[in-house]
Amino acid sequence: MLELQNIQAGYGNVQALPDISLTIQKGEIITLIGANGAGKSTTLMAISGIVPCRSGKILLQGKEIQGLAPDRIVAMGVCQVPEGRHIFADLTVQENLDLGSFLRTDKAGIRQDLEYVYSLFPFLAERRHQSGGTLSGGEQQMLAMSRALMARPRLLLLDEPSMGLAPLMIKQIFAIIKAINQEHNTTIFLVEQNAHQALHIADRGYVIENGRIVLTDSAEKLLTNPEVQKAYLGI
Amino acid sequence: MDYFIELFLSGLTRGSIYALIALGYTMVYGIIGLINFAHGEIYMIGAFTSFIVATTLSIYGFPLAAIVVVAGVAAAIWSSAYGYTVEKIAYKPLRHAPRLAPLISAIGMSILLQNYVLLAQTSDFLAFPALIPEFAFMEPVAHIIGSSDLVILITTAVVMLALTLFIKFTRIGKAMRATAQDRTMALLVGINVDRVISATFILGSALAAIGGLLIASHIGQINFAIGFIAGIKAFTAAVLGGIGSIPGAVLGSLVLGLTESFATGYVSSDYEDVFAFSLLVLILIFKPSGLLGKADTKKV
Repeated sequence: MLELQNIQAGYGNVQALPDISLTIQKGEIITLIGANGAGKSTTLMAISGIVPCRSGKILLQGKEIQGLAPDRIVAMGVCQVPEGRHIFADLTVQENLDLGSFLRTDKAGIRQDLEYVYSLFPFLAERRHQSGGTLSGGEQQMLAMSRALMARPRLLLLDEPSMGLAPLMIKQIFAIIKAINQEHNTTIFLVEQNAHQALHIADRGYVIENGRIVLTDSAEKLLTNPEVQKAYLGI
Repeated sequence: MDYFIELFLSGLTRGSIYALIALGYTMVYGIIGLINFAHGEIYMIGAFTSFIVATTLSIYGFPLAAIVVVAGVAAAIWSSAYGYTVEKIAYKPLRHAPRLAPLISAIGMSILLQNYVLLAQTSDFLAFPALIPEFAFMEPVAHIIGSSDLVILITTAVVMLALTLFIKFTRIGKAMRATAQDRTMALLVGINVDRVISATFILGSALAAIGGLLIASHIGQINFAIGFIAGIKAFTAAVLGGIGSIPGAVLGSLVLGLTESFATGYVSSDYEDVFAFSLLVLILIFKPSGLLGKADTKKV
């Protein structure tokens, strides 16, 4: 589905990612875990075309996408829910969702997907005319994920979906991620500091340190790996 | 009392014109955070274009209504072409540069366009044809409000309504609001931000051109420098209302127009600008974000 080959990316003179290579198969949930500032978000922004790649290749189903404009990458089915959710606070819930399907023209399909996210999160339907900024943090996260689903993505990039949320809400969010993966066969690339939860739903994981992949394995093996336990699981 | 009403209505007229120009400042600022100092010149080019089209058509004896419409459309198209081009050559290459660079580029474009019109046209004041006749039905109230004031008020109100609906309901309008709020997220939902920026410049320029036509016909003369003071006033109005806010630009313009009108009427026309800019200073001291602007704080 997606392959990063020796990606170097960053803003200006700062080189945030010296060298990243990873592979994601169709239908998988892959997680990228690492400390703050290790380059997790930059990796996602490079895939979405927001941060320029200096060298290396990003292959989406065999096609090179590095250097394409962000809207072209979205059109190819790669959607991101960025860190901090980025809800359009002054726009209504409904308008936020409409923007999710900005590039789609299949009216019937859009209506169907809208009904789907409203059934998934009934509170969104109740508050469709309220502005996005009035929602709580957890609700905003669900709105952000719904907005991404409105694009009917083939690959969903999630950046710290659990950040700043209450434990109960975190559980719910991860259950929904798993459900999206299973019901729609959507491939998911999940970046998380909450390594424990992320590894529980993921198929495989990558560990990033200072902009380099230092370890990769199946999720179960990473959960029992002593070094990962010590550094990221607090055991 | 009649005098008060007269001043009030002339203040509204003045404010409406400012609003047509101020919207361009505020929309561009909202989207790319730039004060487009060349915007006043776009308005001036609108006035010149409508002058050329209107005088040409009147030579051929077209009816007034047709002249107004054709001149307005031509001015809007021509000014939009300028606005679009200015953005492409003077601002787009500097999109990732420090904020000061595009600002200086904007001032450069303003000077360039002024001098270009000075050289290509004339340095003299040109008598602008009165495009709006004195309507017979306005006879009883003619001492309070002139026919061209009425036309300006109605045109502005219609344009504002159309703009509001456009921004609220069209696809590109939604994309504009999204881009203004969060450019990164706009990119991530697949909005072509370059196209949104171009559309904003085109829209703002067209509004300024309509303002140029109306005010030129109202005052009766134009020259190459009219964009400067009108631009500064409209910019003041936009800041007054809260730069980046569309209703703010309209409110700020009306407040500024009324202040100037009353200052001229009750004090002296010499102090018109003193009152206008004192108002700006007061607002900036007590409410720096403007009347309807949002304080620049981010929720984390």
